[in-house]
Amino acid sequence: MTTERHRFVILLAEDEPADAHLVQVALSENHILADLQHVADGRDALEYLRREGPRFADAPRPDLILLDLNMPRMDGRQFLAAIKLEQNFKDIPVVVLTTSEVERDIVSSYHLGAAGYITKPVDVVQFIAAIRDLGEYWFELVRLPDNQKARP
Amino acid sequence: MSESRASFFNILVIEDEPGEARLMRLALQKSGFPLEVHHASDDREALCFLRREGAPFDGVPRPDLILLDLKMTGQSGLELLATLKLDERLRAIPVVVVTASGLEADVRAAYQRGAAGYLAKSADFNEFIAAVCKLGQYWFGRVRLPENPA
Repeated sequence: MTTERHRFVILLAEDEPADAHLVQVALSENHILADLQHVADGRDALEYLRREGPRFADAPRPDLILLDLNMPRMDGRQFLAAIKLEQNFKDIPVVVLTTSEVERDIVSSYHLGAAGYITKPVDVVQFIAAIRDLGEYWFELVRLPDNQKARP
Repeated sequence: MSESRASFFNILVIEDEPGEARLMRLALQKSGFPLEVHHASDDREALCFLRREGAPFDGVPRPDLILLDLKMTGQSGLELLATLKLDERLRAIPVVVVTASGLEADVRAAYQRGAAGYLAKSADFNEFIAAVCKLGQYWFGRVRLPENPA
């Protein structure tokens, strides 16, 4: 990745505040320069992307979405299905980050278009290592669409 | 990784340049993950492999991950990617684009068609090996893949 690039923007859809906090801690522990935007469920995540309402009027377009599966209002599966139908957002990779180890959830997440499925380690050190691997893959190894050149 | 999954991962490399395919196989072997590497040299062979059509592909394993070159003869890599992602039985297999093309239009088009990563190939072999190791760390060391989706 070029060093000239803007900070990466991560949209995290997670209903558990403690887990959201842990993601923030893990990003900073791994020195991942990313702007973490947090919403509490799938419906807010969709509103965020569509910039609906005053809360999200200036929301930056995310480079990557981290998605919990089990959330109120709109869960991760419904969100994933919805975003992959939207031409404007389907190119944003979505990585599932969940406590669910159910095989059906793994298969259906990939089937719906997830670009990875990470089970949240209970151990904090392991959690930080998981976010390190995630950051190395998405922000150092692979190319992502350049959002500077994307829609406004 | 869970204990119940097979002890190694199957990868399908779709690449029409034999030399590039050999390099990829070598890099994957050097990554240290327990892998079985399969190779298809064009879109037709890849689809036959994945759909187990024809005698040579009878009983071939379903890959855990597909590495796809974009520039191929016949159907382009982008078209093949779209075909795979429209196939109900194949769409759950993650496809990472590995290519020499660094064109922004290709990057965006690949993600729009459902790529789970876009790796611009380095011409330097050591850098290439290091990149494939990182790729392995994510897909085989970190994320959960379906165990037996077939």
